[in-house]
Amino acid sequence: MKRRKGTSDSLLTKAGGELDDRFKLAGPTRVLMNKVFPDHWSFLLGEIALFSFILLLLTGTFLALFFEPSMVEVTYNGAYVPLQGVEMSQAYASSLDISFEVRGGLIMRQMHHWATLLFMASILVHMLRIFFTGAFRAPRETNWMIGILLFWVGFFEGFFGYSLPDDGLSGTGLRIMEGMTQSVPFIGPWASAALFRGQFPGTDVISMIYIIHVFIFPLILLALITVHVGLVFAQKHTQWPGPGRTEHNVVGYRMFPNYVMKQVGFMLFIWGVVAAMGGLFQINPIWLFGPYEVSVVSSASQPDFYVMYLDGLIRLFPAWELRIPPYFTLPAVFWPAIAGMGLSVVLPLIYPALERRFTKDRGHHNLLQRPRDNPARTGLGVMVVVFWTIGTISGGNDVFAETFDISLNAMTWAGRIGIVVLPIIAYYLTYRICLGLQQHDREVLAHGLETGILMRDPDGRFYEVHQPLAEPDEHGHTELEYNGWVVPKKMNRVGALEPTEKGFFKPIEEPSQNGGAERRDEIESGRKH
Amino acid sequence: MSAHNDSAHTEPESVDLSDPKLSRFEVYKEGLRRDDIEIIHYEPRFAKPGTKAEKRMERIVGGMFLFSGLFATAFVAAFIWWPWEYEGAATWRDPQTWYTPVLGATLGLSLLLFAAGVLTWAKKLLPIEELVQDRHDGGSSTEDRRIAEATVDGLVEDMGLRRRPFLVKAALLGAAPLGLAAVAPLGALLKDPGDMLTVTGWNAEKYNNGEPIRMMMRDGALVRPDMVSVGGQITVYPAIDHGATNQFPTAPVLLIHLRESDAAILRENLYPMYDEVDALWGNFVAYSKICTHVGCPTSLYEQQTQRLLCPCHQSQFNVVDNAAPIFGPATRHLPMLPMTVDDEGFFVATSDFLVPPGPAFWNRPSLPEEDEK
Repeated sequence: MKRRKGTSDSLLTKAGGELDDRFKLAGPTRVLMNKVFPDHWSFLLGEIALFSFILLLLTGTFLALFFEPSMVEVTYNGAYVPLQGVEMSQAYASSLDISFEVRGGLIMRQMHHWATLLFMASILVHMLRIFFTGAFRAPRETNWMIGILLFWVGFFEGFFGYSLPDDGLSGTGLRIMEGMTQSVPFIGPWASAALFRGQFPGTDVISMIYIIHVFIFPLILLALITVHVGLVFAQKHTQWPGPGRTEHNVVGYRMFPNYVMKQVGFMLFIWGVVAAMGGLFQINPIWLFGPYEVSVVSSASQPDFYVMYLDGLIRLFPAWELRIPPYFTLPAVFWPAIAGMGLSVVLPLIYPALERRFTKDRGHHNLLQRPRDNPARTGLGVMVVVFWTIGTISGGNDVFAETFDISLNAMTWAGRIGIVVLPIIAYYLTYRICLGLQQHDREVLAHGLETGILMRDPDGRFYEVHQPLAEPDEHGHTELEYNGWVVPKKMNRVGALEPTEKGFFKPIEEPSQNGGAERRDEIESGRKH
Repeated sequence: MSAHNDSAHTEPESVDLSDPKLSRFEVYKEGLRRDDIEIIHYEPRFAKPGTKAEKRMERIVGGMFLFSGLFATAFVAAFIWWPWEYEGAATWRDPQTWYTPVLGATLGLSLLLFAAGVLTWAKKLLPIEELVQDRHDGGSSTEDRRIAEATVDGLVEDMGLRRRPFLVKAALLGAAPLGLAAVAPLGALLKDPGDMLTVTGWNAEKYNNGEPIRMMMRDGALVRPDMVSVGGQITVYPAIDHGATNQFPTAPVLLIHLRESDAAILRENLYPMYDEVDALWGNFVAYSKICTHVGCPTSLYEQQTQRLLCPCHQSQFNVVDNAAPIFGPATRHLPMLPMTVDDEGFFVATSDFLVPPGPAFWNRPSLPEEDEK
């Protein structure tokens, strides 16, 4: 054993030497391996998107081997009995073949779809984290903008993806897109004619969106993701405030082995979850929808969740059509679909610049902000979240109406009123909650923790004993400054109670071997101060 | 390596790397120093190497890897040998029903176990460490900036960009059309929309040599009045080549046989343009099935309330009032197809739709005769 180890060590040295002779790697290798990364669970949300993207490339390549992007009409003769003898496009027939007649094709299709939903969902959640903690501030505005573009390219990549099978549902989606495209002033009908090579649906749209879906957009996504991750690397990750952490340093652990091992583990975890979902949970059963026919639709035709808010806006927007007789018309769908989508692209893109302008804060920020410490921004964020949520719910209002036995028209009206009123209420409430939380932090810093111990004065008054966080002055006050990180709110956060040793089924009674672990935790997270 | 808590907050000094007595850790620390990294805290996960707890953790991690391999093998085996071919209606007793779930469970478990192994290794066996690195935020040093400026200035000077304004302008004037030439081929995608949004499959001049076009069902059967019972409705298509296919996306029509009382209400409400051409036949009315909002088929017919509902965005149309929109985002009525019954007893369209069916579009003419009432 020992000898073999020695040999492999010297082999490694030799290989390293040979590589370094040619590529001069010693310096960069050291810098890369030693690079320090800050640690927090919320820094891993973007990684979910990255790892889903890799999985999308892998499963997508498999699907592309069997999919035929053609709208040539064929008579289905495959294994799925209910559709035998039905006229359909080659694209739909090959999608059915992937589901029924390609070994493992169904799990690949379902993994591809689940990974897409995970990709888009994690981008959204990651974006919320960046927004609410102010991580988009200088010097990272560029990366924020790249992130927004990633979302929108992903949005259309996903939409085109579920349009490809040419089943009833995907054709309905394309039909709605046609209606939206036609509403654009001046170029609408021409843009629609270019997209469908003439009249909708034509015979070319599938091959057109196929090349976009499998080549152009993945390439753009890959390029943007490379720059996005590269900038995080070059600009160094933001970190939460805490003891020893400043705007000018990074506290954490090394890229190798710690960070990379956790990333690899996390990646495999994401893939494992998607593989299990792809095998166990059905998604988009295209064989139930039949081929797309312009005169056929089923109720509960919903797009994927990331498109639903837009569909919801289209449902809610009143029938306000602008007519400019005799020649021009601005259809109602223009406002929610085209103007609404445009605003959803532009507003997030320029938000960092807007915030700089209004706060006149032009400095660099490498320490994150707690959402409560910036009530206006947090309020705006919650406002957008509420708006988006109402839009998304309205995108399925027919299903809600049916499931919960509510009048469909009442759902629509609730959405119409709610989408105007609730975001404003949400802003106000969030703002007040942030101020309240801030105040409580200051309160604890000045007066100490609530201990839950009630005392009674000789004159009969009850009061609660407070545990000051530092030596108090003669009035019982402590002059502690708020430093932008968590203030302890419970006695066992300041060591009043020993942390229990954790066991899986029962507490492990004997003291652990690693007395240092708690000390490390304190320094790292600042939670326990 | 031992704990190095004490090294924090002291400026480490450079060491002489040629000193043969340096330990590996000292050499390594010199590397950290060069990268502006300091160790705040470093200790092995297990104070004494080789304790029972450490061995146990190694066994757990090793076990995860081995079981991961086992499930991966099971995945490959199932992929090859599990009966998978779809043979029509199968029940849960048939093994092929379980093909995809078995693949998902084995592959998922294999990946999850390997992930758990790697993560446990990282969290339970790697040393506990905390390091701090200088961020070097902000721009380059003033020196670097000056040098870069001088270099760029040199470039501008060498090329004579300032001295040769003619060249600059000529280059720009040349490049602009070149850029245009680069995107011009995309113009091949453009196609004149022509009359595609206004003329439908019911246009007799274009599709039937001027002969009135009959109505047919999806299977090609021509439609007679006795085929639709009172209160019923069917979807009909122009009886021309491919009339029922997606080649005529604005042609599908909903043929409704109204009850006598409902038909009377409709006749009272009828827009003048439909009244003039006598668009109804008896108690029958034909509306375009394509929603005027964004083009889904308005396929839900509520007989009791006489409403048509589009399932995509819930626009609702009043059947006894020219299919005018009464709820939801649609702004226009569903165009009526003027029709009658020919000598042989089949329904025919007497003309194309009087107004363009389907979603509105930018250059859709706003005809005065459409102004309802």
